[in-house]
Amino acid sequence: MLDISEIRTVEHDVLVVGAGGAGLSAAIEASSHGLSTGIVMKSLLGKAHTVMAEGGMAAALANVDSRDHWKIHFRDTMRGGKFLNVWRMAELHSKLAPERVRLLEEWGAVFDRTKKGLINQRNFGGHRYPRLAHVGDRTGLEMIRTLQDHGIHQGIETYMECTALDLVKNEKGEVCGIVCMWRESGSFIIFKAKSIIFATGGGGKGWEVTSNSWEYTGDGYALAYEAGAELMDLEFNQFHPTGMIWPLSVKGILVTESVRGEGGILLNSEGTRFMFNYVPERFKDETADTEEEAARWLAGDPNARRPPELLTRDVVARAINEEVKAGRGSKHGGAYLNIATQRSAEDIKKKLPSMYHQFKVLAELDITKEPMEVGPTCHYFMGGIKVDANTTMSSVPGLFACGECAAGMHGANRLGGNSLSDLLVFGYLSGKNAAEYAAKKGSHDSLDEDQVRKIIRNATDILNRESGANPYLLHETLETNMQEHVGIIRSKENLEKGIDALEKMKADYQTVKAKGASQFNPGWHEALAMRNLLITAEAVARAALQREESRGAHTRSDFPGEQDEWLNYNIVSKKGADGNMSLSKTERLKPDPEMERIAKSTIEDLEKEIAQEQGKVGAE
Amino acid sequence: MAKRNFQIYRGTKESGELAYYETDVSEGMVVLDVIHKIQAEQANDLALRWNCKAGKCGSCSVEINGKPKLSCMTRMNEYADDETITVTPMKTFPLIRDLVTDVSWNYEQNKKIKPVKLAKESKTAKGYVMYQKDVDRVQEFRKCIECYLCQNVCHVLRDHGQEENFVGPRFMIRVASLEMHPLDVEDRLPELKNEFGSGMCNITRCCTDVCPEHINITDNGIIPMKERVVDRFYDPVTIIGRKIFGPKKKKLPPIDLD
Ligand code: SF4
Ligand code: SF4
Ligand code: FES
Repeated sequence: MLDISEIRTVEHDVLVVGAGGAGLSAAIEASSHGLSTGIVMKSLLGKAHTVMAEGGMAAALANVDSRDHWKIHFRDTMRGGKFLNVWRMAELHSKLAPERVRLLEEWGAVFDRTKKGLINQRNFGGHRYPRLAHVGDRTGLEMIRTLQDHGIHQGIETYMECTALDLVKNEKGEVCGIVCMWRESGSFIIFKAKSIIFATGGGGKGWEVTSNSWEYTGDGYALAYEAGAELMDLEFNQFHPTGMIWPLSVKGILVTESVRGEGGILLNSEGTRFMFNYVPERFKDETADTEEEAARWLAGDPNARRPPELLTRDVVARAINEEVKAGRGSKHGGAYLNIATQRSAEDIKKKLPSMYHQFKVLAELDITKEPMEVGPTCHYFMGGIKVDANTTMSSVPGLFACGECAAGMHGANRLGGNSLSDLLVFGYLSGKNAAEYAAKKGSHDSLDEDQVRKIIRNATDILNRESGANPYLLHETLETNMQEHVGIIRSKENLEKGIDALEKMKADYQTVKAKGASQFNPGWHEALAMRNLLITAEAVARAALQREESRGAHTRSDFPGEQDEWLNYNIVSKKGADGNMSLSKTERLKPDPEMERIAKSTIEDLEKEIAQEQGKVGAE
Repeated sequence: MAKRNFQIYRGTKESGELAYYETDVSEGMVVLDVIHKIQAEQANDLALRWNCKAGKCGSCSVEINGKPKLSCMTRMNEYADDETITVTPMKTFPLIRDLVTDVSWNYEQNKKIKPVKLAKESKTAKGYVMYQKDVDRVQEFRKCIECYLCQNVCHVLRDHGQEENFVGPRFMIRVASLEMHPLDVEDRLPELKNEFGSGMCNITRCCTDVCPEHINITDNGIIPMKERVVDRFYDPVTIIGRKIFGPKKKKLPPIDLD
């Protein structure tokens, strides 16, 4: 029998899994409570997915437009999320974001500046005012580097290129440890921890066309699920409207929304600016209805309404999809995104340097002269681990979650720019609450050796089998299946087909086999990740089948439109006693009446109210 | 589709060799795509690093036909159709396996650098005040994606094994980004001169040539830092001036928020 005592065991009060913006924020906060804090990551420090975020972080700093206020940010977020957001999370986010962004500056972030020397803010889809603090189009890099450079001086232990396999619980059902694997050597490491924070990001790697990197295999969802935690809102996965579509090898790579924020327009093959035809009723009053008005907005006219290209991502992604279906797609089956006719070459290079570079190198195309070709790409999970809004603790005691792997903040659709600020706000809250929880806990539990042994055996079986399914092929099958059956437009028929195929893949997975030794073996890593992707994919598909309406990022061709009745429920999935996934329609918490009032006010009333509060009344 | 020949280093520090692969390459592919294809079809256990596939994370650094490059931003059509493409790991860092090297030394260098410390006087209720023109240069350095290609190519590290005495170009510009930060009031010049070894660089500009972010490492970062060291430690006028007037204070940007 496997001798556990030979495996290195490390103790931390708080252990964070994932080192993107959320994980680093959480670790920094936890260690500031004087607790021993460790952070485990699959890649090297500073390489997490956050690095790819481009546009900016949303916070009502009101540096560019003094009318901005957390209440308006909150209202925008709720409307963007089709009112399915966990009210309290959206409230905390819009209230706390400004101070967290300013703290990032204190830690060394160097944002683009306004004329007055303050943090500059840009326009983005669904945000009423210029709200995104940014650094050109590489804001995520700025965030991760700042947190990294600050974090290394806080006494946090880092464990790089280390994959989390499964959680260990004590007899009371509380999380008390986790078993991980060094990717380099293939050897195992066991962590004892009083609380564990998941900041593991999403699971877009289950789809064929995705902006996500190899790391995005739904690890947090699957590990939490296996430990008995509840997942929520998994049917809402966002397809970003603008991914690259050509050449094929770069299909899916993100084209930042800042292109539209800076004035970029969408055209079909007939040269029509089609977004004017897709303005939803709810946004009609706040969206320009002529090209002339949109042009005035871009020129800075405060009375002009926003161009329709800046509608929320779900709307734009569906519109492009429709145009392509109607035979008006671009050469390679997407839409044209043109900034060349809207801005000078110099401006484009200054404001969107990495987009300029990306297209120049990867597509041999000069975006200051020619339009880009873009199409929807699987980008972000609004759903995830169900957490308490105030503490960010999951339904398993001692397990916390923040960032993309947590559910609730973004409801049915996330606004661009609300992700980076989410990482800062909820990373901080997770760090704080997990630290307080750990401090109360006292001593470490001893780990149940049977659980540890089982986790290790599950991993090594993949290498030891004589023969079995090839993990790479299994992954390909999954991607095709999800793209085809659980894509941007869904139906009962397709979802059922998708679920049947998943059942078959789950069976194949039982015999998955990786060739080679345990040392830096990508085939083995792929096989380990497949378990997590399959759980994630199943949760998405089953939740999508249950939600019989179209809301935000979840579109059912057989149930068009939002159904008021469905607004009262979340779909929660959990591992059932029989080992199968069980889903339930769970009633949502009632909103705080004041928050409900703010979210549902007209923009005019809300702005008047804010002006009054600030004593600006009559000054107009 | 066209058949292309590849040679990829397979093995560890102790033993290894160039392995030959032949594979189909289609339009628009970059070198990383081809390596992935080989990995999926012919060499499941080929070790390499990558994340973003778009030149943003700095994970995929290798040497292609001897030149240090990001494999995700190197297009196949940069090479002649009949050219064999040779991919080897970065030479300066200890090899782990195949194309993966141990870059932990770089993380150790970063820890030696004192963190940012901003002038309290510049803090207002609306955040710190500094102007775009003051931060342009700092932002250039902050574009760094930590690919370590410059570290890999710098002969002081690569050929002369001076990693005990020189932090390398990446961390020279990291220090520059702090020293040139308009509000930073920390002093890093003594360690820059001593532990960080600013004098070791003899301005060959090889680092600047390979930087995928086109950061002008040498001219905009290293040379001004060297000059500051000279001014501080070797220029008699400033040395006397400092003795009389104390250390030179940074002139902070003006605040005018109304
Ligand atoms: S310029 Fe200096 S740092 Fe750059 S490669 Fe040459 S010696 Fe190294
Ligand atoms: S300075 Fe340039 S070459 Fe050096 S690590 Fe940074 S991005 Fe890479
Ligand atoms: S994979 Fe990120 S830079 Fe190449």
